[in-house]
Amino acid sequence: MNGPIIRVFSVVLLLFGVLMYFTTRWTVIERDGLRDNPLNKRALLEEQRVHRGAIIAADGSTLARSTRRRDATYSRRYPQDGRFAQTVGYAFLSPGNAGLERQYNGELLGRDAGLDRALRRLQGREERGSDLRTSLDPVAQQVAIDALNGRAGAVVALDPRSGRVKVAASLLDYDPNVLRERKGQEQLNSAKGSPLLNRTTAGLYPPGSTMKVVTAIAALDSGRFTPGSVIDGSSGIDISGVPLSNAGGTDYGRIDLTTALTRSVNTVWAQVGEQVGKRTMERYMKRLGFYEKAEVDLPAAERLTSGTYCRKDGDLQLVPATDDCVDIGRAAIGQDVLLATPLQMAMVAATVANGGRLMRPVIATRAIDAEGRTTLENQPEEMSTVMKPSAARDLTAMMTRVVQEGSGTAAALLGIEVAGKTGTAERDVSRNITQPWFIAFAPADSPRIAIAVTIERTIGGFGGTDAAPIAKAVMESLLR
Amino acid sequence: MSARNRELFALIPATLLVMAGFGAVFIQQRDVVADASLTYGIVFLGLCLAAHLVIRVRLPDADPYLFPIVAVLASIGLVVIYRVDDELAREQAQWFVVGLGMFTATLIALRDYRSLERYRYLIAAGSLLLLLLPRLPGIGAQANGAYLGIDAGPLTFQPAEFAKIGIIVFLASYLRDTRQLLVARSFAGIPLPKLKHLGPLLVVWGLAMMMLVVIRDLGSSLMFFGGFLAMLYVATNRVAFPVAGFGLFALGAWFFANTVGHVQSRIDAWRDPFDRVLYDSDGGSFQIAQSLFAQADGGVWGRGFGEGLLQVGGLPFLPAAQTDLIYAVIVNEAGLVGACGVLLVYLLLVQRGMRIAVLARDGFSKLLAAGLTTVVALQVFVIVGGVTKVIPLTGVTLPFVSYGGSSIVANFVIVALLLLVSDRARREARP
Repeated sequence: MNGPIIRVFSVVLLLFGVLMYFTTRWTVIERDGLRDNPLNKRALLEEQRVHRGAIIAADGSTLARSTRRRDATYSRRYPQDGRFAQTVGYAFLSPGNAGLERQYNGELLGRDAGLDRALRRLQGREERGSDLRTSLDPVAQQVAIDALNGRAGAVVALDPRSGRVKVAASLLDYDPNVLRERKGQEQLNSAKGSPLLNRTTAGLYPPGSTMKVVTAIAALDSGRFTPGSVIDGSSGIDISGVPLSNAGGTDYGRIDLTTALTRSVNTVWAQVGEQVGKRTMERYMKRLGFYEKAEVDLPAAERLTSGTYCRKDGDLQLVPATDDCVDIGRAAIGQDVLLATPLQMAMVAATVANGGRLMRPVIATRAIDAEGRTTLENQPEEMSTVMKPSAARDLTAMMTRVVQEGSGTAAALLGIEVAGKTGTAERDVSRNITQPWFIAFAPADSPRIAIAVTIERTIGGFGGTDAAPIAKAVMESLLR
Repeated sequence: MSARNRELFALIPATLLVMAGFGAVFIQQRDVVADASLTYGIVFLGLCLAAHLVIRVRLPDADPYLFPIVAVLASIGLVVIYRVDDELAREQAQWFVVGLGMFTATLIALRDYRSLERYRYLIAAGSLLLLLLPRLPGIGAQANGAYLGIDAGPLTFQPAEFAKIGIIVFLASYLRDTRQLLVARSFAGIPLPKLKHLGPLLVVWGLAMMMLVVIRDLGSSLMFFGGFLAMLYVATNRVAFPVAGFGLFALGAWFFANTVGHVQSRIDAWRDPFDRVLYDSDGGSFQIAQSLFAQADGGVWGRGFGEGLLQVGGLPFLPAAQTDLIYAVIVNEAGLVGACGVLLVYLLLVQRGMRIAVLARDGFSKLLAAGLTTVVALQVFVIVGGVTKVIPLTGVTLPFVSYGGSSIVANFVIVALLLLVSDRARREARP
């Protein structure tokens, strides 16, 4: 019977060989495929075991932190509730990551630490990610939210000298803490008014007359016009073959550009746009950040591109300003085919404020690891030189007049000179639905803050009456 | 060195493994090397020494490596279970003590294991009854669609673990008697036994099929029937028997796979574990898919003891990590290298068992040793094969490693029987 016993043993050897082969198959041969399998949530789960770094506001208050659960995993808490909802975003096993949480996932998890992290593991110490410091100002943010008063809209405020974002308010908003539960996720996904949308970078709106600042930048810096250039401001002048009227049908007669900006005269700026031409307009828009995704340190999926859009093959597509479908005169006054994000319009204001040099907008200033070392630093960086300092000075003077005596007086601050521009985009003429805008910077002589404010829908509201007071309140808070 | 001294020394690595293993888990969980790991190691060594002394007195000639190999496996089991759940590890440690008790009791009580032959029909009937117990109303318990356990008050146990020993004892005895008769007639090399002699074997086949339907567990069924075929082959030295038997089994399995819902869903989950519907359905492919993910996560070297991911937020990530999926935990944390190491330890165990069968002098002893060894080997194959998607995943334990009282006690009885056979064989072989 010994022969068969040995042969049975051989069969066992063979079977164990199969087991070893299959173990090798899953651990080595098909390893990558299994790791990339969409059902495999291990990597994401793994992240729950890392003590994720906190996200911290400019005043040192905590915007996001991790708390340890009993099973040694961590879960995210947002102590300021919905105040920075879309900007800070969220980090949960489900629905995943968004906002700064997503953009700086690597730093927050300590994945940037490399060798140091391996050492911590080896020493059996807790894995801890870097804290992320931001320039966000919770007090001013709350002022912006209160001023929007529940209306859908956005407020972006940044320091024009560094590009550091102070306020990024997007309403409607939400409390990220509810996303921890499936019920909260479902409610938010089906919620009306898109609370998850970050309107500061992904809200694409007609900017109305605030666009005239862009046209003025092109007009002055190209040398084709000066603040004193005189143009016919009558209502009903043909622009691209169609008569354009001024607000209220007012005829201003022949006026200079300063007056035309102060009174926000459509026909003047549309003619300036036409005379500057599509090519030059496009060049300056590109320098300002148009035609690229809103430039800020948020995930690409949460940013949209400002620029000229035309309806082609049934959907709205980004087209160059030189495209035949673009009515550059109307684009120059923020009508027709032009769409922009609130962040983009804040960048326009910041450019003028900073003497024509546009600083790259950033929210995060730096990441600091558990040992106190800086693992990432976002130094202020010039994004582009848009215009000559002299042209910026001229435009500042023009915009100061807007707040002193023009359409933007509601933004005037006591003892601080404000430069600004109103805008009122028509959303639905028949129902008198408008989108008020206001962009500004202050103090006008040495600007520390640039801002853009918009409210998605008002009934008959104007930039000067509805948006300017919000800008005023936020600037007041930031300059205090 | 005498066999017993070799056994004594071989226990040292097992003890060190316990200490190192607990030490590693402690470091991971509490950031300190607690003295407890040392204590556990010493207690473990003490228990093994006690068992060793019993072997020394009762079976001085028995195989010296079998017991240390088992000690190594048990220590791996204790460490991994501790890593999954310290409370379960305490229970398992208690079962380990009970197992050692049954082990020594078997060594002492069965002065002559061949006396078992006298009670073979009683044993066979008892084993059948044990197999059917889980289906009896009131005490039967269903888990994952299979009826493997019984639940009698505070006591739950898996009678199949004990039934397998009884059935092998019966078969060893029965086949020893009828082996000549089974091959007496043959045609073209194919044995054609009389129906009278074949009858009981067909009964065994029927039993395996019944297990599929009644117990609804393909794994145990495969394990029992495979063990039976191996014994039949060893008894007759005719390949035709296992070939025909396997064909019959495949036929029956195919039939039931298409008719019994539980078996069918297990097979579907095995075929395509990443199918969204199967993955999400209750009792679907979630377990096997997670098993494969855990193995991929482990890679060649593993994540280290205690480093693997078993659950998040209280949701088990590897369902039944301490029983069915313990091999996946081992691959995850000890890697391909560690897992192959464990498989090699099992191969050593099987090699010792087969060697005992080869050395045994009489037919009953040979068949008993070969049968017991094959069943242990097949049990490893069924569960590890299930976890690694070689075959559909079923709920049998990884001998000595998985959490489970019945399993560890029954397997210790198997080792005791093997040592009894070994002692006799080696004593008789001594000049």
